[in-house]
Amino acid sequence: MGLDIKNYWVLNIFGFEVWITETIVNTWIIMLILIILAIIVRVKLRSFKDIPTGLQNIIEAAIEFFDNFATGTLGEKLSYITPWYFMVFAFILSSSLFSVFGLRAPTADFATTLTLALASFVLMLFMGFKHQKGRYLKTFFEPHPIFFPLNLIGELAKPVSLSFRLFGNMLSGTIILTLYYSLTPIFVQIGIPSLLHAVFDVVFGALQTYIFVIISLMYVRNAADQ
Amino acid sequence: METLGLVIAAAHISAAICLLNGLLTTFGQAKICAQAIESMARQPEAADSIRSTMFIGLAMAETSGIYGLLIAIIMLFANPLINILLNYI
Repeated sequence: MGLDIKNYWVLNIFGFEVWITETIVNTWIIMLILIILAIIVRVKLRSFKDIPTGLQNIIEAAIEFFDNFATGTLGEKLSYITPWYFMVFAFILSSSLFSVFGLRAPTADFATTLTLALASFVLMLFMGFKHQKGRYLKTFFEPHPIFFPLNLIGELAKPVSLSFRLFGNMLSGTIILTLYYSLTPIFVQIGIPSLLHAVFDVVFGALQTYIFVIISLMYVRNAADQ
Repeated sequence: METLGLVIAAAHISAAICLLNGLLTTFGQAKICAQAIESMARQPEAADSIRSTMFIGLAMAETSGIYGLLIAIIMLFANPLINILLNYI
């Protein structure tokens, strides 16, 4: 566990250098885990009954919790984009839980968080144009056309603040744990760091996941509301 | 060489000053928490919606602290001024 992102190997594709870094490999591992989980659930879906037991209980609780949370924030009409945000929620939460095992979380890299924030931003624009059509463009010129540059900067600041918030929180946890591991002698590195991991990875990770998703949902609702 | 040392020292001091904005960020977050707890005590039936709004407010207030941290990190690990100076020398 270090501050700088390790680079495993460099691919050369049509003259472009593609760097396969620690972040990308860790993202692939998380994707693999989530896909395998999804396939298991899909196979088990055939044997689901009206009265849930065991695995079905856990899955239904998770889906219901997220459905209620997203529908409460978005409203009934826009709730069809909930699955995308469930994926974002699962990915960010599992990547912040990933650093419990001493590996680097993918969200502690600015590239990952900027990608997620830009995806939210594009979705926000798309939903705005889909539900409000031409009127969404008009909101940039309100209350007077002279405010257009100000509104534009306000819109462009959204993905920046969204990505920096998640990145800064995850990176600060990584820095504090790296400092702890590199400054202390070996006999205090057993057992005691679990407390730090519990605070910086589990609690802050879950909180930041919740905040990332709820703020993206609020942006989408504000853009698409009439 | 002395100029380079001066620039590096200045970068470290400015990184430390950047982290001082945690003072005001913490003050603002404490105010949000205090108000939220007060209103939750007054109206326990509205506690759930107050709690979720409080978390959003805390995240918004935290943003400025995070920006300070990022500027400090850029000063320490990715300082653009040192490269300019090295090219100049």
